[in-house]
Amino acid sequence: MVQRKRWMFPLFAILPTLVIFAYVRIYPIGDTLRLSLHKWDILSKNKPFIGLANFEELTDDPLFREALLNTTVIAFGVLIITIPLALVLAALIYHRTHSRFAGFYEAAIFIPHVVSLVPAAMAWKWIFDARLGPLNALLTNAGFAPKSWLFDPVLSVICVIVLCSWQALGYAVIIYLVGFKSLPNSLYEAAELDGASAPQRFWYLSIPLLKPITLYVSVVTLVSGFNVYAQAFVLASDAQGAPGRQVRVLVLDMLENSFRNYRVGYAASEAVVLLAIVLVLTLIQFRLLREKGRS
Amino acid sequence: MIDVVLTAVCLLMILPLVFLVSNAFKTPQEMLAWPPTVIPNDPTVANFKAVLGDTPLLRWIGNSIMFSVLSTVCILATSAITGYILGKFRYRVLNIFFAIILATAIVPFEVYMIPLYFQAKALGILNTTWGLLLGYLVMSFGIFLIRQNVIHSIPDELLEAARIDGAGELWIFWRIVLPLLRGALGALGVLAFFQAWTAFAWPLIVATTRDSYTIEVGLALFQTGFTVDLGRLSAASALVLIPSITLFVLLRRNFVQGVASTGLKE
Repeated sequence: MVQRKRWMFPLFAILPTLVIFAYVRIYPIGDTLRLSLHKWDILSKNKPFIGLANFEELTDDPLFREALLNTTVIAFGVLIITIPLALVLAALIYHRTHSRFAGFYEAAIFIPHVVSLVPAAMAWKWIFDARLGPLNALLTNAGFAPKSWLFDPVLSVICVIVLCSWQALGYAVIIYLVGFKSLPNSLYEAAELDGASAPQRFWYLSIPLLKPITLYVSVVTLVSGFNVYAQAFVLASDAQGAPGRQVRVLVLDMLENSFRNYRVGYAASEAVVLLAIVLVLTLIQFRLLREKGRS
Repeated sequence: MIDVVLTAVCLLMILPLVFLVSNAFKTPQEMLAWPPTVIPNDPTVANFKAVLGDTPLLRWIGNSIMFSVLSTVCILATSAITGYILGKFRYRVLNIFFAIILATAIVPFEVYMIPLYFQAKALGILNTTWGLLLGYLVMSFGIFLIRQNVIHSIPDELLEAARIDGAGELWIFWRIVLPLLRGALGALGVLAFFQAWTAFAWPLIVATTRDSYTIEVGLALFQTGFTVDLGRLSAASALVLIPSITLFVLLRRNFVQGVASTGLKE
């Protein structure tokens, strides 16, 4: 009797989550895939199935191309800045684990990652401000010409990269610190006995041993880079909110297509492209991890 | 030497935030001064007064708190019970469910938020806390995190002993499992709260009336107005930053633990 009822508890306990999960995850993900194959306008009555036509149109869409290019540049830009910096900083902090300041270092580098995004972006908006910002004041004092950081299309992408890197750095440092703490001490002691200097131990031991962590942080950083939106929105919209000055990223283009142009099916096809990029990145991570596990 | 380098880097990292808070207390003239002052010569709260008069800032903060707390409660509840079931019960169906959770965890929220928006619209919950909540009811990573903790820190013998003593399944979950998961749930709670607190794209599309904005959306849209000056923006931003920095300083262990455990999935 008691035995027979044992499956009841797990079933009923998991049921609410199951229902919520189906409704807020699985169904909308499926719907994205379905919509991407339809000509789905809010205004028109018919929503015919059009196969891959949305995707074909994407390849000719200059706004989408610009968004894809900007997003890719931002994602890889953040990666290139964050990973080496985080690795070196984590090594230094790990080296000073027993210092009184270790907690302060960890906290100060981590804070940008946890503070609210929009106020943090406001802080940087002031720094980059063409008239009032300290960056231009610094340039002028050093004898250079001031630049209109947030108005120039190329410079504003750089500004977004700087802001995103500043935020991503703390996360990467924390993950690397976990990595450093798990490294075998004996190897380092042996290397030290053999006369390897600290930079040599870092280069020939830490970097190769931390490769799985580097891989993990890289994928996380790239994926969040491809989803970038709020940072670009805050930094590059000016006082009048002039649309021409926005840094066009994928999520912005998606939102514009669905809510300004009412082309939901078309926006869904962009979402599918975004999903494909993220899936490829994740598959690469798993593949590399498995190779690492084999060797 | 290392300490000097690290201290310099740390100061550089927090400098933008320090200036933001200090600008909030400056007069318009002092904000233009070069080099910028860290401690205002002539501190004023005029910026705070102005921004509180211009915007329903406190209401936005209230909306954000409401949304973040409810989201945290939902995520903790669903993650605790589901993680426990997935970690300790052996049925083939559960493996399938776990595989689905892991697979959907890869899909970024931005990919499916537009269909989800239409679901919120169909339910008639646009511009409400419930609409915001719809996007943040469950967290795949939370379920995963609790499952791993259950496997590592709750011995089968303990559960079996309780069952032999005649304890009901609910009692076991409530009195044995939950207390043992306190640390993991604390870390997850902090992650969940801040995930909702800093949410941007979803609140931007779901809550579009001035009274239903979250603080992040309210601030972001406020800055695109015509009459906004830097002093007011800094004051509004500082009002949002100070509580989150305070919370961070108090719960630093949980933050670091929460983030560190996200890197340990394999």
